[in-house]
Amino acid sequence: MAVCIAVIAKENYPLYIRSVPIQNELKFHYTVHTSLDVVEEKISAVGKAMADQRELYLGLLYPTEDYKVYGYVTNSKVKFVIVVDSSNTSLRDNEIRSMFRKLHNSFTDVMCNPFYNPGDTIQSKAFDSMVSAMMVQVS
Amino acid sequence: MESLTLTDVEQKYYSDLFVYCDTDNTKKVASNGKVLDLFRAAQLPSEVVLQITELCGATRLGHFGRSQFYIALKLIAVAQSGLPLRVESLNSVKDLPLPRFVVAKNEQEARHTAMYPDLENQGPYQGVIPRPPGRGQVKKVSAHEVIQPCVPTVEPQPDTTSPVVSPNQSPPTSPHAWRKHKRQASGGNVERPPVVVAGAVWTPFREAQSGPVVAGDGMWSAHSPPPVQESWENSSIRTVASVATANEIQRQSSSGYDDPWKITDEQRQYYINQFKTIQPDLNGFIPGSAAKEFFTKSKLPILELSHIWELSDFDKDGALTLDEFCAAFHLVVARKNGYDLPEKLPESLMPKLIDLDDSAEVPDQAPDVGYSGSPVEVTPNKSPMPSLNQTWPDLNQGNEQWETFSERSSSSQTLTQFDSNIAPADPDTAIVHPVPIRMTPSKIHMQEMELKRTGSDHTHPTSPLMAKPPELSEETKLATSMKFVTANSGDGYSSSDSYTSDQDPITSVVTRQRSNSGTSPEGLKVVAAPPPPPPRPNASHSRSSSLDMNRNFAAHPTGPQQSGVVACPPAIPPRPLPTQTSGPHSGHRSDEGLAAHSTTSPQQIPEQPNFADFSQFQAFAASDQPSDDEEKHPESLPGEKSTEGAGPLRTVKIDNQEERAAATVNSAKGSIMAPPPKPVRRRLKSEDELQDEALPPKSNVIATVLATLPSIPRVIVLSERNSRALSE
Repeated sequence: MAVCIAVIAKENYPLYIRSVPIQNELKFHYTVHTSLDVVEEKISAVGKAMADQRELYLGLLYPTEDYKVYGYVTNSKVKFVIVVDSSNTSLRDNEIRSMFRKLHNSFTDVMCNPFYNPGDTIQSKAFDSMVSAMMVQVS
Repeated sequence: MESLTLTDVEQKYYSDLFVYCDTDNTKKVASNGKVLDLFRAAQLPSEVVLQITELCGATRLGHFGRSQFYIALKLIAVAQSGLPLRVESLNSVKDLPLPRFVVAKNEQEARHTAMYPDLENQGPYQGVIPRPPGRGQVKKVSAHEVIQPCVPTVEPQPDTTSPVVSPNQSPPTSPHAWRKHKRQASGGNVERPPVVVAGAVWTPFREAQSGPVVAGDGMWSAHSPPPVQESWENSSIRTVASVATANEIQRQSSSGYDDPWKITDEQRQYYINQFKTIQPDLNGFIPGSAAKEFFTKSKLPILELSHIWELSDFDKDGALTLDEFCAAFHLVVARKNGYDLPEKLPESLMPKLIDLDDSAEVPDQAPDVGYSGSPVEVTPNKSPMPSLNQTWPDLNQGNEQWETFSERSSSSQTLTQFDSNIAPADPDTAIVHPVPIRMTPSKIHMQEMELKRTGSDHTHPTSPLMAKPPELSEETKLATSMKFVTANSGDGYSSSDSYTSDQDPITSVVTRQRSNSGTSPEGLKVVAAPPPPPPRPNASHSRSSSLDMNRNFAAHPTGPQQSGVVACPPAIPPRPLPTQTSGPHSGHRSDEGLAAHSTTSPQQIPEQPNFADFSQFQAFAASDQPSDDEEKHPESLPGEKSTEGAGPLRTVKIDNQEERAAATVNSAKGSIMAPPPKPVRRRLKSEDELQDEALPPKSNVIATVLATLPSIPRVIVLSERNSRALSE
C-alpha cells in the first residue's frame, strides 16, 4: 500500500501525483522530486549497449527513516515513483513490482485514449481508481 | 353538443391524441386517466379542466368518447389561447391554435425515434440541446421558457398567425428536445427519458449549422404560419406514427425500469451510418484520431470525451469497433442530454464479441494456431476446437482470443457468438487441407507417431500423407508395437481382414486427401520415384493375410515380428531387427511357405524390383500378386531392402519404425495388412542409411521387403496421379 504515487514525464514534470496524507502533500512532492535524481542516476548507469535491456523496475531508490521510495522507468522515460511507509514491512518486492506493472498498464490505457494529449496531466478516472486501490486507505 | 368542425390539421392532431389516450384500444373511448393526464399537460388550471370536461359532455357520459375528446381538445385550445370557454366558441373561433400539451407531446414525440430523418431537415438546435430531459418537468418548463424567448422573434407576425406560431412552441420543445428513448419511465409528467437522441444532438455532428435558429421540428425556422403549420403537420404525422409506439412504450416503461442505456434500433442504425462515414467497413476499426475528431464535434469537453472513450474502448486498443463506436456515440448523446456518465460501461453498451468470421479476428487467430503446435494453417485447427472457441469467445482485437475475454467481458451475450462460426467438428471436414511437410524421414515418422499417439482429430497436416487423423489415430492405437505409420490409411488396418477392404478406402482416402490438398503430392513427388502402380492387393491380401496371419501367429507366436504383423498393421520394423531376424525371417518365410512369396521372396526381389517384396508378407503374398502384397507392406518392411527406389522409401520408414518398433521384422507380414505407409515420403537417402544398417545377409530379405515397399509409394502415387489428374 503506497503512501504516494507519482507519474513523472520524460521532461521531469509530474503528470500525476497523489498522496495519502492530504495535509502533508508537499513533503511527498519534495520526496518525489529528490528521487528523480536517483532515477536519473540509475538509468544512466546502464551503458549504451545495454540501453535496451535496462530493466524497467529500478527497485528501492532510497530509504529514509519514514518511508521508502521505489522507482520504475518506462522505455519512453516516463517515471513512476511509489512512496511507501517504512513501517510497512510486509510489503515485498514482488508486490511493488506488481504495483508498477499495474501502473504501467493503466498508463498505457491512458495513452491509448485519443483524447489524451501526451504531456497533459492524467485525469482519467480509470487511472484514478486504479491508483486509489493501491494507496493506503485513509479512514 | 354542437357539431365540431375541425381543420385537417386539427383532425389529425386530435385523432392522434385520441389514439394516444385510447390505451384500451377501444377506438371509441379514451381512457379517463390518460385524458386527464393529457388535460393536465395542457397546463390549464384544474377548474378550467373541469369546465372543459363538463362542456364536452364527458361528465355527462362518464367517459370520453371520440367526439367528447375532440371537443375537449378544442376547448383546451380555446382556453390556452385565452378565450373564454364557451361551447359556442368551438366553431366560432377561427384559426384556433392547436391545444398544447406539454407532457403529452413529450411522450409522443419522444417515441419518435424515427425522427432522425426529420431532424435532418431541421436546422441546428443550438440552444436547447443541453437541456437535460430527465430532470423532469422543471427542465421541460425551462425548455419551454428557453423556447419562449425565441418565440418573440417569430412572433412579429400578424396576430392571426401568432397564435398559430405559439402553439408550435410547446410541441416542438418536447419532440426535438427529447428524442426520448423508447424506454421512458412510466408515462407522466416526470419522465426520465433515458437517452434521448435529440435531434439537436445530431446537429453538432452535422456541420450544417445555421445560426441560432432553433428548428425543433422545423418549426422555429418557419416564420410564417404555413411552414409552421406544415412542420406542425409533420409533427402530427410523426405523432401519428409514434402513437402506436407511444402506447407500446408506455406499456414498456410501465412494466419496469428499463435499461436507460439500451440503444434502440433507430439509434443503432444512425450510429452505424455515422460509423460508415468514417469507416466504410463495418467490421473494421475507427482509429483513435478519427474518432477524436468526430466526437470533438459534439462540443463536449475534452475531459468528458476522454472519459467516454475510456468507457467505450473496451479492449483498450486505441481504436473503436462498431460496437464500441455505438457505445461511445450513445454515451455522447446521453451526456449531451444531461445524463451523467456512468462510472462503468453499462452492460447494454458492452461490445459484443467479435465473431470468428470477423476479419478483425483473423489476425488474432493466427497466433492461436500455434497452440496446436503444428506448423499448419489456421483453419484446420479452428474447427476441431469448437469447444475451446465457445468458452473463449472474446476475440477483441489486439489480444489473443483466448485471453482477453475472460478478463474483460462479463456479458453473457458475448459468450454465444461463436457457435455459428465454428466449423463442424466432423473430422472428415475438419481435415481439409493436409499440408505435407517435407521433413527428414525420422521427423516425419515421429510426427506421424505423435499424431497417432495423441489420437487427436486435429488436422495435423504435418504428416505427409495426410490421412484423417482420427482414423489414423485409431489405427495406431490398435497397432501394437509395430505401428504402421500410415497417414493415409487410417481406415482399419487393425485386422487383416479389414485390411483388404481397407485398401480401397485407404487408397481412396489417400487419393482424396491428395486431391484435397494440392500440396500433398509435393511431398510424394519429392520422395517417391513413382513406381508402377501395384496391383490390387485386396484379393490376395484378404485371403492370404488371413491365412498367413493365422499361420504366422500360429507359427511364430513369439516372433517379434509377428506381434506387429498379427494384430495390426505392423509398423516397419526397425532396421536392425530385420537384419537380426532376417535369418529367422527367411526361415519363416520358407516355413510358412506362402504361396508365391515364401520361397521366392528373396529371389523374387530381383524379379520385382519395383515392388518391395515382402517375403515376410508371404502370408499376403498368397500367390496372386506378390506385388500387391509388397505394395501393401511397404511399411511393414523392415526397411532393410533398399535396393529399389521404393525400397528406399520404405527403408526410411523402416528406419523410423526401427526406432520405434522392436523386432518388427515380422512387419513384413503385418505390413501386408498394414496400411500403405507414409514412408513413401521418406527420402531416398535413407536408403543408404538403411543399407548401411542392414546386415549383409539380410540384404536379400531386406531387399525383398523393401521391394514391397513400393507398394506404399504406389499407393501414394496413385493418389498422386489422381491428384495430378485432377489438377489437369
